[in-house]
Amino acid sequence: MIELAELRELAPMVLSAVVRRYRDFAASEDAVQEALLAAAQQWPVTGVPEHPRAWLISVASRRMVDHVRSEAARRKREEIVVSLVPPEDQLALQADTEAHDDTLELLFTCCHPALSPSSAIALTLRAVGGLTTLEIAKAYLVPEATMAQRISRAKATIKESATGFDPPTEADVAARMRAVTHVLYLMFNEGYTASAGAELVRTDLAFEAIRVTRMLLRKRPDDPEVAGLLALMLLTDARRTARTGPHGELVPLDEQDRSRWDRTQIAEGTALVTAAFARGAVGPYQLQAAIAACHDEAASTEATDWPQIVALYSVLLAIEDNPMVALNLAIAEAMVDGPAAGLARLAQVDARLGGHYRVDAVRAHLLERAGDLAGARTHYERAAARTASLAERDYLLARAAQLRDR
Amino acid sequence: MKFMLMMNAPGKGPYQIAKWPLEDIKAHIAFMKDFNKQLQKSGELVGAEGLSGPDQAKLVKAGKDGSPITDGVFPEAKEFLAGYWIVDVDSAERAYAIAAAASMAPGPGGTPLHLAIEVREVMSGPPTDYTP
Repeated sequence: MIELAELRELAPMVLSAVVRRYRDFAASEDAVQEALLAAAQQWPVTGVPEHPRAWLISVASRRMVDHVRSEAARRKREEIVVSLVPPEDQLALQADTEAHDDTLELLFTCCHPALSPSSAIALTLRAVGGLTTLEIAKAYLVPEATMAQRISRAKATIKESATGFDPPTEADVAARMRAVTHVLYLMFNEGYTASAGAELVRTDLAFEAIRVTRMLLRKRPDDPEVAGLLALMLLTDARRTARTGPHGELVPLDEQDRSRWDRTQIAEGTALVTAAFARGAVGPYQLQAAIAACHDEAASTEATDWPQIVALYSVLLAIEDNPMVALNLAIAEAMVDGPAAGLARLAQVDARLGGHYRVDAVRAHLLERAGDLAGARTHYERAAARTASLAERDYLLARAAQLRDR
Repeated sequence: MKFMLMMNAPGKGPYQIAKWPLEDIKAHIAFMKDFNKQLQKSGELVGAEGLSGPDQAKLVKAGKDGSPITDGVFPEAKEFLAGYWIVDVDSAERAYAIAAAASMAPGPGGTPLHLAIEVREVMSGPPTDYTP
């Protein structure tokens, strides 16, 4: 039996082939989705065909012929060449088994600048990830019909945009690569963070993000930021099972059972980020991966190389002046120089984060370490009142309650 | 981001839909149906329900043995929850825009009702990883 993952691996190759033949991304994408659904239904009964990829291309092409015909009928444009070729002959053309794999171009299309991140993620999951609409809908806890609409609207948005489905020009490739890595990063976060809480029914978005990023790295083996992104995902995901307790509650890093961290993933992630750093073009994903590696390699919070983490966050802050990074730097500085140093850094970023609950959470933590328990409690409670995450609220409320009972 | 949009209707005043002329009731229902269809088409609708009237409502408490004790009826309530939507959108602003559109639902004579819609974020956001 073909594994689901293998079927999904085939999706971008099948889509590439169909888009090449019919030059219509939106309709081809729908056709491939139907072919994948047909495969999922039929293969368990009939067995996996000898050439699964060719089978999928042929089924998707048949759908495209139907589509083109009905379009032609609708427009009464008999001159459309494809519709004049009988479907049997169309299928004969499919003997072409040459592997076309334009995964990178498909990613460029799906992570189009005209799309919102959530639409880009949904389209990427379907077109490149080979997931069904239902699986994506389950991952987002929305009805299937809603997700189907979101995906078809995403395609319509791309079609209506100035650049349309055209691959990016040479000048735009770098910007589009950043969009692709950003979408994959968000996809990972969506899946990784959602594993907190009771709803483990979600399709594993983190797993899919890692899989698609691996595909991307195969296409761009020399891009250190792609390697950095994959490393960051692996090094973060390695801690996944330890970060939630038996009731789905959040377990902070310093209380996690480190023996449950996935050593294989840590080894792979560390090797990736080390090799990427050696190339010399250091970027935000590599830096975040290096920070994750510092945590993953330490036996305990105390044994963590905090000075190294401070140095890495400082470089990251110099590259992108992001107050959230400054917030993390404050925590690391407090570990090296004591809570007062962290609180001083916090005072600098406070105004820029405009009362974000994370500032309260970090301030609470630092005040607790500084021995100001009443102050810590107030800020834990303030943070708890404003987070939009149930798991996080529970964690913050528990911290506040612990201080009250002391 | 998911938001719940709660349509609160006053217990008194113009929202006594049963007393409207038939044409106005029809227009109101058509508006709501179309509104939901638009949300569905935009790929943002997670769910929507209208609730039965407040005269059907019961307050339920557990008795000493845990069995339900029902209480009601409360026709004099100042306002009541008439229905809700849950939407999945890219920003809070978008949720407010949807709420404003719902608030324009037509009342008697086709005049917009300007009902107050309470917008609350659903606790479905991602938690942060807590370093010590």
